[in-house]
Amino acid sequence: MEELGSLAVSLGAAWLSLVFALIVLPSALGVSLGISEAYMWVLVRTLEWATIRIEKGVKKPQPQMLKIPAANGIIERDETPMEKEIAGLHRMEFQFSDIFYFCRKGFEAIVEDEVTQRFSSEELVSWNLLTRTNVNFHYVSLRLTVVWVIGVIVRYCFLLPLRFTLAAIGITSMIVGTTVVGQLPNSSLKNYLSELVHLTCSRILVRALSGTIHYHNKENKPQKGGICVANHTSPIDTIILTNDGCYAMVGQVHGGLMGIIQRATVKACPHVWFERSEIKDRHLVTKRLREHVAEKNKLPILIFPEGTCINNTSVMMFKKGSFEIGGTIYPVAIKYDPQFGDAFWNSSKYNIVSYLLRIMTSWAIVCHVWYMPPMVRKEGEDAVQFANRVRSAIARQGGLTELPWDGGLKRAKVKDSFKEEQQKNYSKMLVRNGSQGSLPAGTESD
Amino acid sequence: MGSRASTLLRDEEIEEIKKETGFSHSQITRLYSRFTSLDKGENGTLSREDFQRIPELAINPLGDRIINAFFSEGEDQVNFRGFMRTLAHFRPIEDNEKSKDQNGPEPLNSRSNKLHFAFRLYDLDKDDKISRDELLQVLRMMVGVNISDEQLGSIADRTIQEADQDGDCAISFAEFVKVLEKVDVEQKMSIRFLH
Repeated sequence: MEELGSLAVSLGAAWLSLVFALIVLPSALGVSLGISEAYMWVLVRTLEWATIRIEKGVKKPQPQMLKIPAANGIIERDETPMEKEIAGLHRMEFQFSDIFYFCRKGFEAIVEDEVTQRFSSEELVSWNLLTRTNVNFHYVSLRLTVVWVIGVIVRYCFLLPLRFTLAAIGITSMIVGTTVVGQLPNSSLKNYLSELVHLTCSRILVRALSGTIHYHNKENKPQKGGICVANHTSPIDTIILTNDGCYAMVGQVHGGLMGIIQRATVKACPHVWFERSEIKDRHLVTKRLREHVAEKNKLPILIFPEGTCINNTSVMMFKKGSFEIGGTIYPVAIKYDPQFGDAFWNSSKYNIVSYLLRIMTSWAIVCHVWYMPPMVRKEGEDAVQFANRVRSAIARQGGLTELPWDGGLKRAKVKDSFKEEQQKNYSKMLVRNGSQGSLPAGTESD
Repeated sequence: MGSRASTLLRDEEIEEIKKETGFSHSQITRLYSRFTSLDKGENGTLSREDFQRIPELAINPLGDRIINAFFSEGEDQVNFRGFMRTLAHFRPIEDNEKSKDQNGPEPLNSRSNKLHFAFRLYDLDKDDKISRDELLQVLRMMVGVNISDEQLGSIADRTIQEADQDGDCAISFAEFVKVLEKVDVEQKMSIRFLH
């Protein structure tokens, strides 16, 4: 019994020292041993092979079984504007058929809508050999199944323990490191150590996710005293960006594990965590941002102006707060490759721990980060217009769809004003076509 | 991951729905995945709140009437079968369906069923007549606060007058059909579902 115990201890020690020598140490020093590159090479080849196998399988035995929709759409939307659609019918001011337009729009939204599907994971075009994504993919061939089984063994028996160890080391050292550094008096030494802890831990955590990150246009990296805005998919975004440079972060207060990390890091680094539903908190954030922009030697601030995680296929409305202050905005576009694993955190469905477990049993996190040229508010441009301009730039760079909707819809209902807008449009038409005279005063606006 | 089995649709069910609604196999499976993603309670049915969570529907002036069409009298849940039956009204009429023999039940997406669906949106109290008051209420939903009671009243009066043939100051389904006889209902009450 004793022998067994000591064997377990020495095995554990060997495992830990291996992890330390091969991953933690290189992370701290910021060098790469090329292991993850080799892993990615094998992975890419395997998935390419699998895609070919699946395509062959589709063509061969039972074609109807394996119909993989090229586009995941259910319907083709009718984009005829209301004016044309209804006015085409009109001989008088109102017809029973006027409701057809609203009916069809309503049903189209029920079958497929732009917004809610952005809050659930994107569907894949081809199977990436993960069990959870195989709803559309059935048995293809023995060889594929064998590869899938090997994949399961590698992911759960090797990668998961390794990544779990790394994540535990990364998160613990982040919490301990920042707490210790937080005890120091404010000085340049403290700032230096804080940056060191943040950078080292992010590097370890990126390895815990087998992250392969391609940074583009490093010359545009956010500078001190600036505000960096990025599209938001998951809390991992912050690790991915910090991996290449330190930021002061601004974000929603969380509970649980996220909360512990947030409370520790804020001691060492001037992050701002706030409650988005508290107006008082929001004012505080604006104040902090103003102070920050005034000082040119502070870390760049990182903000996700969508205010919520979106599945990385689109960019939703940017909250105007961060664009009101003035100062230089450094837009950053982050695009994950869904083929290797789904990075989207559906926070209303999974908590952070089960989310991380899903990530750690995926193949890898592969993503592209584009640093974009800094932008400033133009003369005569208001905060909303500026926010939209920045958003368009990010969407274009990351290949994401722009949606005019507020990401807050994930939690809250639509404002009534949107419905009122529709009613107003219809009323205008009704009055214009008929002989009812003009609208009552005060409602006419173009 | 134990819930996987319950998230799949049985082949027999797909067959039945196919027969009843005319949707194709792949359309049914795709609509099923849409149904489950709307089903936040994860109990295999949708509630009114599940529908209201779709922003584009919530801003639709007739959104509440449309949602209501999915629920039978007194029910506050709709299952996938019921969901598909209501959706089927908006399936376009395909060429091979036009020439179909007249035996058997009329398909849900026929011109007459599409019209009946629209009629029921107006017929709030389900007495198979659209009264002036019902028409006014629906008009009010569509225009909001932008048109005065007086103006809206005269719109309703005129509309009823034009359509009312038997002089009961209300619109029956037959009168409704007559008024809309020149309208391309088949096209306007259809969504282009992909195959």
